[in-house]
Amino acid sequence: MPDCSYIPNREEDRQAMLKAIGAASIEEFFASIPESARAPEALDIPPGMTELELSTFINELAGQNKSAAQHPCFLGAGIYDHYIPAVVDFLAGRSEFYTAYTPYQAEASQGTLQAIFEYQTMIARLTELDVSNASLYDGATALAEAATMAIAITRRKKVVIAGTLNPESKAVLASYLDNFGHELEEVATRDGVVELDVLKEAVDDATAAVIIQQPNFYGCLEDVHAIAEIAHAGGALYVAAVDPISLGLLQSPGAYGADIAVGEGQALGNPMCAGGATFGFMALREKLMRKMPGRLVGETIDADGKRGYCLTLQAREQHIRRDKASSNICSNQGLLALRGAIYLAAAGPQGLRNVAEACAFKAHDAAARIREIPGFSLAFDQPFFKEFAIDCPAPAAEIARALFEIAGILGGYDMARVEPEHANRMLIAVTEKRTPPEIDALIEALSEISVESSQRA
Amino acid sequence: MPQHLYEKSQPGRVAVRFPKVDSEQARAGIPDKHLRQSAPDLPELGELELVRHYVNLSQKNMSIDTNFYPLGSCTMKYNPKINDALAALPGFAALHPAQPVEQMQGLLRLMHEMERFLKEISGLDAVTLQPAAGAHGELTGLMITRQYFIHKGEEDRKIVLVPDSAHGTNPASAALCGFKCKEVPSNDQGLVDRDALKALLAEHKVALLMITNPNTLGLFEENIVEIGRMVHDAGGLLYMDGANMNALLGKALPGKCGVDIMHFNLHKTFSGPHGGGGPGSGPVAVAGHLEGFLPVPRIVESDGQFALEWNHPRSVGKVRSWLGNLIIVIRAYCYIRAYGGEGLKCVAENAVLNANYLMQALKQAYLLTYDRPCAHEFVLSGKWQNACGVHTMDIAKRLIDFGFHPPTVYFPLIVPEAIMIEPTETESKQELDSFIAAMLKIAGEAKETPELVKNAPHTTPVRRLNEVKAAKEPVLTCPICM
Amino acid sequence: MTATPDNLLYTESHEWAKLEDGVATIGITKYAVDQLQDLVFCELNPVGEAAQAGEGVGVIESVKIAADINSPFDGEIIETNSAVEESVDQISSDPYGEGWLVKIKISDPSQADSLLNAEKYKAHCAAEEH
Repeated sequence: MPDCSYIPNREEDRQAMLKAIGAASIEEFFASIPESARAPEALDIPPGMTELELSTFINELAGQNKSAAQHPCFLGAGIYDHYIPAVVDFLAGRSEFYTAYTPYQAEASQGTLQAIFEYQTMIARLTELDVSNASLYDGATALAEAATMAIAITRRKKVVIAGTLNPESKAVLASYLDNFGHELEEVATRDGVVELDVLKEAVDDATAAVIIQQPNFYGCLEDVHAIAEIAHAGGALYVAAVDPISLGLLQSPGAYGADIAVGEGQALGNPMCAGGATFGFMALREKLMRKMPGRLVGETIDADGKRGYCLTLQAREQHIRRDKASSNICSNQGLLALRGAIYLAAAGPQGLRNVAEACAFKAHDAAARIREIPGFSLAFDQPFFKEFAIDCPAPAAEIARALFEIAGILGGYDMARVEPEHANRMLIAVTEKRTPPEIDALIEALSEISVESSQRA
Repeated sequence: MPQHLYEKSQPGRVAVRFPKVDSEQARAGIPDKHLRQSAPDLPELGELELVRHYVNLSQKNMSIDTNFYPLGSCTMKYNPKINDALAALPGFAALHPAQPVEQMQGLLRLMHEMERFLKEISGLDAVTLQPAAGAHGELTGLMITRQYFIHKGEEDRKIVLVPDSAHGTNPASAALCGFKCKEVPSNDQGLVDRDALKALLAEHKVALLMITNPNTLGLFEENIVEIGRMVHDAGGLLYMDGANMNALLGKALPGKCGVDIMHFNLHKTFSGPHGGGGPGSGPVAVAGHLEGFLPVPRIVESDGQFALEWNHPRSVGKVRSWLGNLIIVIRAYCYIRAYGGEGLKCVAENAVLNANYLMQALKQAYLLTYDRPCAHEFVLSGKWQNACGVHTMDIAKRLIDFGFHPPTVYFPLIVPEAIMIEPTETESKQELDSFIAAMLKIAGEAKETPELVKNAPHTTPVRRLNEVKAAKEPVLTCPICM
Repeated sequence: MTATPDNLLYTESHEWAKLEDGVATIGITKYAVDQLQDLVFCELNPVGEAAQAGEGVGVIESVKIAADINSPFDGEIIETNSAVEESVDQISSDPYGEGWLVKIKISDPSQADSLLNAEKYKAHCAAEEH
């Protein structure tokens, strides 16, 4: 047997074990695999590596990528380059959190259970709703779960979505709803926000949910109060997808009448990592609690009357209800949600407000300066938070390439990826991490591009 | 009494200082009606308090790094530290998903090669890395199944067959795609009852049989090739839940068993950290005739350059945002590279040897319902101990006192009082011997001092919790402190 | 309280039914209550919804089990016991009385013929125990 690093047993251990079992060889245990199903003698996978070889090789691969560690990042579209305090990596990296699994055995998992309970509380307070689950896969699947949940609760068939939802979420929602043949109606947008008259038309007594995003995909702020009225007048559930960082500054979904809030949790203490892994969060009103997908931790008492925590309301879940479960989710994104919890606790109310205000301040500063550059304009006349759309004098893909070449800048987001008719449109996201010199560099580079393109024209 | 974060909170304390700007200026561009009236109700702690809070909490957990964790079906193997370090490299961690592909060639190369490895390991033809966990992989597989039959004009195939020993996610995933589930009974050997399967295939328009192999009893479905043929002859597809792939690495190829679709659980088989409940990663592999249905984007290579391809009209679309749980994909890739092809076979062999060693030693004291060589795990029953008033849950809790995380209990459902034990290949003979000693001691205690077992655990921060109270009067958040 | 009142009809899935003037009152049996142990929650389908024999009209949950309440009859739900949705304790303490679950206006009285009488139901429970 070759030298395999993570297997401690030596040949003498294996022989002793075989002897104890009364087996002649390990092959005996594989006797029930039919000959025709067997793997070839050698898999076509390169030979093993030492830790040093592996480290060198993977470092080289990672080095082929151009990352936000070396380049100022103005990309957003749902994934953001926010600062991650050192305590997040340190505490979430504790072996006892990191290498435990789902807390099935409560007595041996009080650490994870209490941490989830506190996470649930912080998400509920942030969204100003009653109940949060222990996390879902990401913002997009959280939205899809909210939609299927609304269909189950209202027993209605149609889901009305704002055209201003993140396209990643729209795509996932479409695949989830297609499984059931449910109707998905997308409401047109006007000047970067959902068109309220059209929304009103779309919502009827077959509508299970009205789903919007705040701030929306273009960064604009929707008239969330008016939308609440429309959704509730139609008897639909009101689902809001929100940026958790924005809630340091912006009104919460609970305050503007949303029944369910979902969102992408990456911005809370998680690296971007090309979009994965992140976590999705979901919070909702108490009356919907028993239809909620995913794990829930509850407070209870132990045999001595002492406070403790355990998984609860499990009868909703797949391992008990099987084909009648409200969702099929099992493993969630526990580790990433833990990072989110530590982030929120490290920031506290003031810290989160500071981060949100710094984003808003820097984004508005950048936007005001970009619109002064000849050839560039803001695409929409709407209030925004930390991201905004600009119209450029050339295709956004070319502008982004030029920004990287001139100033080593990543971004912005090329809108042609999802709206081919808007090839010259670009989304710019500005987080608290962007320094004044970085924003200056962006403005200068865009100005340079502006001059070049006017000369070409 | 240990306090939670909100009880420790003191107004005005700050753990980490974030950049501050002029508040009024920051709000100037945003109309009042959009602004939050007061800062969110989050706890306020100093940094040391915060660190102590979480470090102390962590110490109330059992974990792989602190304790043997033979949680059946979950493959709680050692998570190599080098993989964590490599997945955290800024070249991966600080990548934005919307960067142009030419800026992420290293990542795409890794992903493309990972797909190739999974094809090689499964004997199947195409792979997507997008699904976020095993259950999500199942959902993806069922979406593929549904689209496949729609394209064949056989939309009336609405039945998914699931063995009675299956994970609960199987029927739950099928139902989410609009299928109806029928249960396939197990025979007295714990394997799929082929006569019953035959009858079900004749009676219903079956789209898919979802099989777990080795099954949840830890037994290899030795008639898998014939089962695959039966399903195919009836016009259906065969799905394999790859939760137990650890037993097959380099030993058997699902593709050669007639499997059309399978999912991997990278976090189990290839050692991602389980993180207190995730993240997982559930790539799906399919046979050639189903490739066109895989989620988009697909990763393609041309002249050593990697790109993302979206134009697949029959694709089921997207199942999650962006590209998948890459931090687990990267670790799994590192794991495979560390072992190499030959090493992976050793993983399966040692995992299976460890399981059989435990099973042989424990079957003298605990009922072994299906007494034949097992794969990577096996299922005991606490039924013999019932005579003393001791149940499986008591045995599980007592193990905690001996410093072992309990096995999976009360699953699979077809074994009453089930105790499902999966040691994995990363445990030493000496550790297994200690576990055997504890299990035998508990069997003795069940007879001599049953109360000791029934009141266990005795050494944990809390004793047994009142789950009825938790479910009846749910308290899911800290109360609001005024 | 007798475990199996003689004046009721029973299903093999442990529901009872009482027929009066074309309306069936449905509940779960004492045997079912004992099997489920510690009930924690009950949810009933809304009034006005169609009921189908053998299909669910609600769900009862204990900590580790969720059991469908299967309707013995086709018909329409005309009343639900909102008290048990508030607190399941009545189901445990008085399954044949205060713990009733739904009332169904039945459309096919002949379906009663396929239900079990008390004696047959007792035999059915005895068989399940073994």
